[in-house]
Amino acid sequence: MTAAVFFGCTFIAFGPAIALFLFTIAREPLRVIFLIAGAFFWLVSLLLSSLVWFISVQISNKDSAAQQKGLLIFGVVLSVLLQETFRFAYYKLLKKANEGLLTLSQEETMPISIRQLAYVSGLGFGFMSGAFSVVNILADSVGPGTVGIHGDSQHYFLSSAFMTMAIILLHMFWGVVFFDACEKQRWWAVAAVVISHLIVSCLTFQNPEYVASLVPTYVILFLMGVWAFYSAGGSLRNLKLCLTCKDKDFLLANHRPR
Amino acid sequence: MNASDSDDDSYNERTALVQSENPVVPSYRPEPDLNPPSDTPPKRSGVTRRAGPAAMDGGGGGGGSVGGSDQDVDADDEELTLKYGAKHVIMLFIPVTLCMVVVVATIKSVSFYTEKTDQQLIYTPFTENTPSVGRRLLNSVLNTIIMISVIVVMTIFLVVLYKYRCYKFIHGWLILSSLMLLFWFSFMYLGEVFKTYNLAVDYPTVGVIIWNFGAVGMICIHWKGPLQLQQAYLILISALMALVFIKYLPEWSAWVILGAISVYDLVAVLSPKGPLRMLVETAQERNEPIFPALIYSSAMMWTVGMASPADAQRSGHETDEEAEQSSRGAEPEGRQSRSIPEDDLEEDRGVKLGLGDFIFYSVLVGKAAATGGDWNTTLACFVAILIPFMDNLAAHQFYI
Repeated sequence: MTAAVFFGCTFIAFGPAIALFLFTIAREPLRVIFLIAGAFFWLVSLLLSSLVWFISVQISNKDSAAQQKGLLIFGVVLSVLLQETFRFAYYKLLKKANEGLLTLSQEETMPISIRQLAYVSGLGFGFMSGAFSVVNILADSVGPGTVGIHGDSQHYFLSSAFMTMAIILLHMFWGVVFFDACEKQRWWAVAAVVISHLIVSCLTFQNPEYVASLVPTYVILFLMGVWAFYSAGGSLRNLKLCLTCKDKDFLLANHRPR
Repeated sequence: MNASDSDDDSYNERTALVQSENPVVPSYRPEPDLNPPSDTPPKRSGVTRRAGPAAMDGGGGGGGSVGGSDQDVDADDEELTLKYGAKHVIMLFIPVTLCMVVVVATIKSVSFYTEKTDQQLIYTPFTENTPSVGRRLLNSVLNTIIMISVIVVMTIFLVVLYKYRCYKFIHGWLILSSLMLLFWFSFMYLGEVFKTYNLAVDYPTVGVIIWNFGAVGMICIHWKGPLQLQQAYLILISALMALVFIKYLPEWSAWVILGAISVYDLVAVLSPKGPLRMLVETAQERNEPIFPALIYSSAMMWTVGMASPADAQRSGHETDEEAEQSSRGAEPEGRQSRSIPEDDLEEDRGVKLGLGDFIFYSVLVGKAAATGGDWNTTLACFVAILIPFMDNLAAHQFYI
């Protein structure tokens, strides 16, 4: 059970994200740097929210279960809001950095576009967030043990892995939509991103009713994916061209003959 | 990918169809690069060129994906310099990450390195097993003071030796250190790994393994060898050293020492009277590479026109601290050496990093892994280290 579960869950959780990283980001040093910076920003936001939560837990009544649950909900909401705030802060920082890069380089175009940055930073957020959710669970899944022996759900590892995958991809989509909305000053879109993040996080309070939390999360994932695709400039026509290998820009950019 | 972004049209057209006037840096080629670099830049231009990536890196980015990374054209533009910045950072990320991974993997599996014994290094004589917090704090500060003074003394000693051209002495010292690391420490490490996994191995086998490992290591590091093998040895040695520190430095002392060393590093490198700065300047006057020992280099270049052929061969050495008799001074040394390469004849594609940095970062992450049972802590430390590491690289490129 153990090695199989470990590898299975790892690949479920991180598979798509690692594939994205390897195929689109790993070759470009600049993108890797921004990815790691994005992960760092997420980490800082988590640090702040965990500080607040820690302090509030210390001063609360440790015996009252209802209060602890309330604190947990408060903690989650605060964390989501802080994460989105930091996403915005990262956006501002990147705008400034881009301007700096532009003035110093002699090119007229920026070496990395804001859309690429949106994608990369979203993925950075996602990686870190996913890692923090699931790494300890994976570490435990290697060791000897039986899942749910005390009557808890037996699907804990698997559903955690699926949830993590959803969260990583969602962070990426949120990043793309968020940056695009900030560029075009569409604040309702920004609010929609924040609200959907809140919804997904609050859905996890349904656990261990995994069906109730995973299915809506995946629906939201799909919808956000479509939205991100359109806001990144995709369209049905593009998609068709790409899938039938007739997209000339793409082929030229990748130096493939056709 | 970056196919049909509407705001990237001109960018795509230009780079896809027309060879841009600002061509792209070639992808990293690990084989020795023999053309005398068009950039034996005098220090001035070296600084301005680096000012580019430095400001960039400070602002959050070095090179860029202009033209796609698979174009193989050379250039010496500002754009190229920016790209160098990012590429160099990534070229160093990987070995540093590998070193950290080795250290964390060992700490998590081999319990020897986390067992607290009462044995301590002679450099940290004050024990931390005291009942009161205040006393413990005092002891760790005292330990730090002793350790830092040892480092300072060693560094000054090394600088004096270098100034008076006692090269043989220095080389002998370094060879002794690397001997100890390659043979003795790896023997201990192997022993502990076998104990952890409950493998019974006989002495002749171990003898053969250690002999081969050590001998090849000495050759690779002090003489010639395939670049990747040399890099692997450097990483392993840094990891071994870091593990020793993690084991023998008591908890609080370790953290205070880490803090103090960063401060010392800054002072020694930046202040005009700092020993490391004097070392750097002496080396530059003599137009030699500083201690090719103690440096991890990502691309080897064996130029013909070097000041002394022996030094050329040794580009890419290692060793740093050896617990017992050696040069603590070597460590900040190593961290400083990184600043030299930009102005020296070495590579125009590669980049160097002192082994002291490897060890420093690995000790940080290893300590975090050892103290918390949590993987989140380790991961957070790892990411948190990479960011200042990038700024550090950028800043050093800028200041030298």
